[in-house]
Amino acid sequence: MRPDSEADLAAMIRAANGTLSITGGATRLRPGEGQGARIDMRGLSGITLYEPEALTLVVRAGTLLADVHKALASEKQMLGFEPDPRPGSTIGGVAASNASGPRRVSAGACRDAMIGLRMVTGSGEVIRNGGRVMKNVTGYDLVKLAAGSRGTLGALTEIALKTAPVPPQRATLRLSGLNDPGAIAAMTVALTGPFDVTGAGRLPDRTVILRLEGLPGSVEYRASALRRALTDRGDVQIVEGDADFRTLRDYPRTATAVLWRIVLRPSQASQLLAGLPGRHAIDWGGALIWAEAAPGWQPDLPPGAQADAVAGTVQTLPAPDPVTARLNAAIRAEFDPRGLFAGGS
Amino acid sequence: MQMPDPDAGVIARRDDIAARLSGAVADKSAVITDPAETRVYECDALSAYRCAPLAVVLPSTTQEVAAVLRICHEEGVPVVPRGAGTSLAGGSMPTADAVVIGLARMTGVLEISTDDRLIRVQTGRTNLSVTGAVEGQGFFYAPDPSSQLACAIGGNIAMNSGGAHCLKYGVTTNNLLGATVVLMDGSVVELGGPMGEGPGLDLLGVICGSEGQLGIVTEATLRILPKPEGARPVLIAFDSAETAGACVAAIIRSGILPVAIEYMDRPCIHATEDFCGAGYPDCEALLIVEVEGSEPEITEQLSLIGEIAHRFAPLEFRESRSEEESRRIWLGRKSAFGAMGVISDYMCLDGTIPVSQLPHVLQRIGEMSAEAGLRVANVFHAGDGNMHPLILFDANAPGDLERCEALGADILRLCVEVGGCLTGEHGVGVEKRELMSAQYSDADLEIQMRIKDVFDPHWLLNPAKVFPLATSAPRRDRHAA
Ligand SMILES: Cc1cc2nc3c(=O)[nH]c(=O)nc-3n(C[C@H](O)[C@H](O)[C@H](O)COP(=O)(O)OP(=O)(O)OC[C@H]3O[C@@H](n4cnc5c(N)ncnc54)[C@H](O)[C@@H]3O)c2cc1C
Repeated sequence: MRPDSEADLAAMIRAANGTLSITGGATRLRPGEGQGARIDMRGLSGITLYEPEALTLVVRAGTLLADVHKALASEKQMLGFEPDPRPGSTIGGVAASNASGPRRVSAGACRDAMIGLRMVTGSGEVIRNGGRVMKNVTGYDLVKLAAGSRGTLGALTEIALKTAPVPPQRATLRLSGLNDPGAIAAMTVALTGPFDVTGAGRLPDRTVILRLEGLPGSVEYRASALRRALTDRGDVQIVEGDADFRTLRDYPRTATAVLWRIVLRPSQASQLLAGLPGRHAIDWGGALIWAEAAPGWQPDLPPGAQADAVAGTVQTLPAPDPVTARLNAAIRAEFDPRGLFAGGS
Repeated sequence: MQMPDPDAGVIARRDDIAARLSGAVADKSAVITDPAETRVYECDALSAYRCAPLAVVLPSTTQEVAAVLRICHEEGVPVVPRGAGTSLAGGSMPTADAVVIGLARMTGVLEISTDDRLIRVQTGRTNLSVTGAVEGQGFFYAPDPSSQLACAIGGNIAMNSGGAHCLKYGVTTNNLLGATVVLMDGSVVELGGPMGEGPGLDLLGVICGSEGQLGIVTEATLRILPKPEGARPVLIAFDSAETAGACVAAIIRSGILPVAIEYMDRPCIHATEDFCGAGYPDCEALLIVEVEGSEPEITEQLSLIGEIAHRFAPLEFRESRSEEESRRIWLGRKSAFGAMGVISDYMCLDGTIPVSQLPHVLQRIGEMSAEAGLRVANVFHAGDGNMHPLILFDANAPGDLERCEALGADILRLCVEVGGCLTGEHGVGVEKRELMSAQYSDADLEIQMRIKDVFDPHWLLNPAKVFPLATSAPRRDRHAA
């Protein structure tokens, strides 16, 4: 089914009597998702409002991410949270999966850039929350709830986003030859000093990469200050641009085995890294680890850490505590009383 | 201010309830029923509305909060969470049948990890003292409401508070990684996690800004950031609001991200000059733009801002060259509310508008103010469109307060009409409860109330706030019986 208006979509959902799955480009379905009748959201597309001088964009959910990028680029702006541009993916899919790239350490996640939305719930009702202004505390913030809800609460039809200026200058510092604790320590130096680093990670080839962005003089100043702070940690190479960060951002797409997404405290990362079985990458200064593994392998998680197998078999670790699980289930039931929407974590 | 009738049965059982509550806390002085002592808890900073609570409890631990809530849950007693009571929307105003749970004794620092860029605190701790705990290590906590010396982190989370620097650093929700929350039935839940992510739905995101209606936040994990090397403001004066507004837009478009862009209009400038003599120019509108970084970075940014500003022919472009000059540039802005208070009673609004609508809205406010015969001064966070029109009135003149409230409501409706919202940082509370239907449809409000049903099925936590009284009545009545 492919609705071309919000009213159409609402009618479809009201008429449904079996499992539904809401899809954009279906480029990021996780194990267990995509079952039942699909509602293809790509008919609801187009930018409804773009005010570059207010850093705000309102866009229908089925709009291709690529089209959003194009519109923003023409005004020298971007999505600060840096979602990976999987071909065919839609802004609704990005929002519903809270897809957030390396700049999350400095600019926040997709949910932090989401300021308003419209959606159709499982009862076929159209609701609105938030708005199109940066600051809004009028009532409960259901925008955050919908961000990352993976189509389990309803179909997002329109999303208001905060945009960001494209920095005029970018540079990447590269360090190689560091062991796991050394790599995490280098990222920690970068993120805990006054360098305004906008990305810190390690590629599967073990190169540590640190990104600086801003006005040209400023990037030059901070690159040399950061290089000085890292001198006793190995050789630092400074390259223009941030191609390495695109590689890091897109790494999950190149995974060939079961892919685990592990979120933890950077101070816990070295220990976890020591126990990984195969190819992996580090992002968010050590707070995110992407790890490829054979079926059946499970990470040995430190306290507080979370892990999901995003490709392969469905697994989420650890299981949520009973109160959280009850709240999650009860909220889903309020949005989707007939239990139409498939999948979801 | 209309509030629902208190539950007479609860009031009749006051002594029994107080005795049970005393059993739930280690320190017996933590339960207060003496009317002389509960007076402090009658209202928040919206002091026009007040009511003495049934009792006040000041727990010291999450377990005590849970035990107190369990008792209130069993007894069917409404509960009002309270941080420092600086809410400007009546969010922590009690009713006569309510127990106030004050977090003022819960001020501990539980953990600091600069490597993980976080601090964990009890939520009665004040906003400013969170920075105080980490500044020795070169860090700070970014959200900085003007009330930061007094207001508590729990109140900040409940209101999703912002501050002058949120243009760059975001508001509370963007800086909150985790929370320990006690639900009305006394169950305790840990939300969030590393990078703020927990399993399943983003419940932390919903708790933030829920105005104490979903649970009591007893502990919070907050993101801390390394302090920038320096900061410097520039003051730019204009002969019209339109030009000032256009300059704001041009700065934002240029790709520079200042940490703050503040706006003041002529009435406000005059009042602050009389009050503190900051030495502001005589002009229609002025902007204070602050940038951060190392010395060369500050110079680079300010020279770009200078280029942009000069396209708008400013009356003056005053770049600070010393600590003392920076202090004086901020002095008037920081004294604005106090200065207005000296010349008149005033009501402070908190609407947000798309920045593009600034000139239109300022013009309309001028017209509406003339029609109502009440003066309005404007001071606000221009970078993100969060306006604080101050309506001046005479509290002793009969009818003035009512005219003032009516004008306030009209201005907030105007904010909604142009694409903005009723409140950017102060919250809905009891103050803007009835205006909610100007921004949200019945369906929009219904789904929000269903979230409350999930967390607090009997509507005992901070009831009669946020939602229009009539809209929420069936839910409150359902359980009062
Ligand atoms: C002079 C002045 C300037 C101000 N400037 C700003 C500003 O710049 N930006 C801004 O955003 N606000 C500002 N405010 C408003 C106010 O300071 C904020 O809303 C603040 O966050 C309230 O904190 P508090 O601890 O005083 O909360 P309280 O007033 O005690 O409570 C506020 C709300 O939070 C709930 N609550 C409190 N603690 C908890 C808890 N632990 N768990 C759950 N719910 C809880 C209460 O029930 C109530 O609904 C200002 C107020 C004043 C008086």
